[in-house]
Amino acid sequence: MTALRHRLADRGIDRHLLLLLPAAVFVVVLFVYPFLYGIGLSLQPAEGGPLAAYRRFFTDAYLRDTVTTTLGLALPAALLNVLASVPIAYRMRGRYRGKRVLTTLLVLPITLGTVLTAQGLLNFLGPTGWFNRVLMNLGLTDAPVRLTNNYWGVFFSLVITGFPFAFLLVSSYLSGIDPALERAAATLGAGARQRFRRITLPLLAPGLATTFCLSFVLAFSVFPSAVLVGDPAGETRVISIAAYEAAYVQYDYVLAAALAVVMGVVELIVIGLVLGWRALLYTGSTSGGKG
Amino acid sequence: MSGSGFRELRLDGVGRSFGGREALAGLTLTIRRGEFIALLGPSGCGKSTALNCLAGLLPLTRGSIWRDDVRLDTVPPERRGFGMVFQNYALFPHLTVRRNVAFGLQMRRVPRAETRRRVDEALRLVHLGEHAGKLPGQLSGGQQQRVAIARAVVLEPSLVLMDEPLSNLDAKLRLEMRTEIRRLHQTLGLTTVYVTHDQEEALSLADRLVVLREGRVEQIGTPEEVHGNPVSRHVADFMGYRNLLPLKADQVTGEHVVVGGEGVTLTGTPVGAVAPGDLVLAAARPEDLRIAGDGVPATVEVVEYQGREVAVEARTAAGTALFLRSAVRPTPGEAIRVTVDPGRLLVFPRDDT
Repeated sequence: MTALRHRLADRGIDRHLLLLLPAAVFVVVLFVYPFLYGIGLSLQPAEGGPLAAYRRFFTDAYLRDTVTTTLGLALPAALLNVLASVPIAYRMRGRYRGKRVLTTLLVLPITLGTVLTAQGLLNFLGPTGWFNRVLMNLGLTDAPVRLTNNYWGVFFSLVITGFPFAFLLVSSYLSGIDPALERAAATLGAGARQRFRRITLPLLAPGLATTFCLSFVLAFSVFPSAVLVGDPAGETRVISIAAYEAAYVQYDYVLAAALAVVMGVVELIVIGLVLGWRALLYTGSTSGGKG
Repeated sequence: MSGSGFRELRLDGVGRSFGGREALAGLTLTIRRGEFIALLGPSGCGKSTALNCLAGLLPLTRGSIWRDDVRLDTVPPERRGFGMVFQNYALFPHLTVRRNVAFGLQMRRVPRAETRRRVDEALRLVHLGEHAGKLPGQLSGGQQQRVAIARAVVLEPSLVLMDEPLSNLDAKLRLEMRTEIRRLHQTLGLTTVYVTHDQEEALSLADRLVVLREGRVEQIGTPEEVHGNPVSRHVADFMGYRNLLPLKADQVTGEHVVVGGEGVTLTGTPVGAVAPGDLVLAAARPEDLRIAGDGVPATVEVVEYQGREVAVEARTAAGTALFLRSAVRPTPGEAIRVTVDPGRLLVFPRDDT
């Protein structure tokens, strides 16, 4: 009996494991159960067999196109957020005066929330906003450039709210890379560009993949900004809007559930591809030896 | 810019301050080609600052660095052609041992076949031929250190800089690697600047020692000079003169000085200006103190067995601790008399800090 307990404890199985129980209950009740319930619900339409809701989704262009619309917003926005974070975070490494103020400024938009961001965008980029007034006063354009209530409004909103998040993640990944490595590369004859390309970037790449996945998931579930600064009936009719309409306008819970499942599957495919690429990279320690 | 065809490397008043605090104050030193120099001192003495200034990783506040007639301190690190071994090795964790060692050659656009040959040779030199395909994380600390050394020497740099390369290794490995580094230096004849706080390491490896304290040079000399004739009490302290007795000079006769106080009278050799009546610090190594029939009376307190001999800590009547070695084993509490040759007791003036 004691021997068995020791053997189990060796593998990390002991009474302390019970501490995980509340968290496990939480996950099952609030995530696993609703998820499975949603899948089950999506397979029980009133007529037309279990896959009827999915068939309707893929045959109805108005529904089907929401996937490409959402991807068309979320993929470029996530990519831009990650790519823009890299040079800024790279430049901001190390310790110097004013770093905290600068970081706070860059991260501030995360605290604003989508509604405030949308209001700001409308004031700034809207047809009578500062941006267009300056353009027109300078005579650069006759009619206001349309940058809100269409694709670009949502795109800007996603960048403004998504960038701080990507920046924070990339910064922390960068600070985990031993600065002695770049110094070693310098003494071996590598210039600044080669040091970045051959040493820092390969060590940062797995972190960039993770950052992209998280940024993408955030952007993919865009809803408020697609309504507030987008064109929710046309250009920015994203999948979450379609799901909302199905559930609360048409009261078609089965279709709504099917949309949610499609949304999850599309996200999983993108994340799967990115993580597949990440698995090909070096993902071990980012320090140069015994510290 | 690499290549070893130079005569000497000159540091001319090299200084570096950090926010007004002087970490290195005017280091002037000429390093001859092929020489092994050790920068030695306690932590915070400026030795690592000096090394980073040499490598180009830290800009100078003052002074200049020259290789023959070429001014180097304005050249960025990647164009100085120096090799550097870092304290934590700084191996590229995502590259194999082979590609770590090849990195510098690739940066210099050395043809592929030659790169391969030179990397193989460097790995053979540090006995790591069979580990070429591994990642640094799969190697032990000693092996990682050898990769770091191979990576630095494969470029045949005009100068190899080593920043406490053995401080992360255990005692046995440290001794082995020390011999290895000395052997490499003898084989390749690469000019080396080696930073350490371990005086034994510096003495055994270097042709010349530079002893630093608080950013300033205390003494430059061969191991024999620094070990046998430290010019200040700080160097003496650092070189293992464990007996430091605050005494007073009584009388100066020829080349010797009689010092006394606290019931102790000894004869020593003055280092620097010592006049009768001066406060002095008399310094002697434990191995130079002897138990004899006459001399300073003391009581044995602690006896430690150390193989060939025992280390003894004794205390004089006035309470001054004496450290000595002895072939015979005294018992704690025993009354002994301790003496030292006048030539082996160094008397430093005490007015300096």
